[in-house]
Amino acid sequence: MDLFEYQARDLFAKHDVPVLAGEVIDTPEAAREITERLGGKSVVKAQVKVGGRGKAGGVKLAATPDEAVARATDILGMDIKGHTVHKVMIAETAPEILEEYYVSFLLDRANRTFLSIASVEGGMEIEEVAATRPEAVAKIAIDAIDGVDEAKAREIVEAAKFPAEVADKVANVLVKLWDTFIKSDALLVEVNPLAKVASGEVIALDGKVSLDDNAEFRHDWDELHDKAAANPLEAAAKEKGLNYVKLDGEVGIIGNGAGLVMSTLDVVAYAGEKHGGVKPANFLDIGGGASAQVMANGLEIILGDPDVKSVFVNVFGGITACDEVANGIVQALKLLEDRGEKVEKPLVVRLDGNNAELGRKILTDAAHPLVQRVDTMDGAADKAAELAAAK
Amino acid sequence: MAIWLNKDSKVIVQGMTGATGMKHTKLMLGDGTNVVGGVNPRKAGQTVDFDGTEVPVFGTVKEAIEATGANVSVIFVPEKFTKDAVVEAIDAEIPLAVVITEGIAVHDTAAFWAYAGKKGNKTRIIGPNCPGIITPGQSNVGIIPGDITKPGRIGLVSKSGTLTYQMMYELRDIGFTTAVGIGGDPIIGTTHIDALAAFQDDPETDLIVMIGEIGGDAEERAAAFIKENVTKPVVGYVAGFTAPEGKTMGHAGAIVSGSSGTAQAKKEALEAAGVKVGKTPTETAKLAREILSA
Repeated sequence: MDLFEYQARDLFAKHDVPVLAGEVIDTPEAAREITERLGGKSVVKAQVKVGGRGKAGGVKLAATPDEAVARATDILGMDIKGHTVHKVMIAETAPEILEEYYVSFLLDRANRTFLSIASVEGGMEIEEVAATRPEAVAKIAIDAIDGVDEAKAREIVEAAKFPAEVADKVANVLVKLWDTFIKSDALLVEVNPLAKVASGEVIALDGKVSLDDNAEFRHDWDELHDKAAANPLEAAAKEKGLNYVKLDGEVGIIGNGAGLVMSTLDVVAYAGEKHGGVKPANFLDIGGGASAQVMANGLEIILGDPDVKSVFVNVFGGITACDEVANGIVQALKLLEDRGEKVEKPLVVRLDGNNAELGRKILTDAAHPLVQRVDTMDGAADKAAELAAAK
Repeated sequence: MAIWLNKDSKVIVQGMTGATGMKHTKLMLGDGTNVVGGVNPRKAGQTVDFDGTEVPVFGTVKEAIEATGANVSVIFVPEKFTKDAVVEAIDAEIPLAVVITEGIAVHDTAAFWAYAGKKGNKTRIIGPNCPGIITPGQSNVGIIPGDITKPGRIGLVSKSGTLTYQMMYELRDIGFTTAVGIGGDPIIGTTHIDALAAFQDDPETDLIVMIGEIGGDAEERAAAFIKENVTKPVVGYVAGFTAPEGKTMGHAGAIVSGSSGTAQAKKEALEAAGVKVGKTPTETAKLAREILSA
């Protein structure tokens, strides 16, 4: 889960990383009172989970409380690279900035540990700095058990060649930032820029934080979830405990196992090339069990997607037997019809693996007018794409 | 021959007495796996009956090893407690730990991986979030269905469970030496490279099938390894060509971020290393078949 800037700011503040004052609002008028409290001027910052908001006009200075309200009015509702701005942060204006640095901690998949990246050339995308001036970017591996103490922080400071007069302060920020990273089960904590201001202090002016969804069981993250941005189908699927991602095509996909479903999306997209360019409408992994109930819930989400023209159910029976899956499909359709849902979209079902023959026979015997059996993955994908294109 | 698992492997199950552990211990025994014990400190001293096979429960991994000579542990412990279970297996210096549990926090995986390193890497870790490892006809550790295929000439390494099954099914008539599911999490113990190296050294493996998916750069590194070190034919498949950037596709590790982790980049890297890459699982199986019948 990626956090908004204001959520990252709050998290940093909680772990004593130095930040500027700031509050988030969703109505323009609220900008007045906050700006007054901040001494009459403020920065109005769009809260979107995408880079480049400054260039898009999503960050504006306000010299008076009235101006803050006007800027908030402009920015709220703005579209930045496909993200609608629902919230703005009214932040304290930064003191005079002398230098801008970059520091982060992140997961290093390749080395199966954590990594610190630091540079005295902050303020722009670190990828850009790394591409043009790789010698200006220090990368230091962090042991997942030993972590970052003062000595390790100093090693990072030295590797990135921070100026002597800020070395202590940056090292201190690094220790606090590591604390944030570990205690929040983060995949990334990034401060960019970490600014040296006229007073000599270093302050985190902007930050990115990404948290590990698998660690939610030991945190209270309810308030961090971005309910406004969630696609309604994705939200409904999440409520039912389904692993669903909405995509922009026409063929609804249900399968078991993340890898097989990903592969199914590809196979459908290839087949779609021959059928007017139809594409998969979603990712939905119903997992190992695939009871009738789970199948019904999955089908309900997919049939409720107005973009879906046909559905491809692709199941490889591993431990789960295909006859159970076939019964699940038949019962799911009945369940939906009993619930008063109108099922009108054609379903193509491919069953292979454990008890495939039994499963196929159940589908044949049920003879549901909307269900077609195709026994190979490539063939079934082709049929589903063809049906979607014909609609 | 096979890699890492054979008929002599003595297997203990951490989390055997839980619902998932019970179900899969029964299946593993049915496939001929030599399950010699379970671990649960609260049920130490008891035995569990699996259709007539009495399996003793031990309090710790160490006690289980001392009593049975076990050299493989398979872990079905719930995700909140998995880190402690793996650390216990590492402390007991069991040669192979297969971590089936999914949904483990990546900080926990990073911690037990670092711990294994500090203890001298005496324990090979497979997983987490993986289907396990099977040497058909000899032993099956994890949740891979035992009856898809038979012993044969192909070695398989895969990030995905169901794609492993699909590929074993497509090539069931040729059969497999060993199939390893390494899991789709951001941090995993055994990698594609470890499996490629082991299959290269296994005289009974004539061809290697490697299944990858979007996210990270494990496939690119595997490609570089193949170029330098693997002389046996390798056939590859990568899932997730149509996955959009920034959306996690089921597996915690399966996400395209920026320009990195795309299926296209992985396919190109593998092909540059001489690996034949199929567009679909079926086409991949066909490529393997062509090479083996040439």
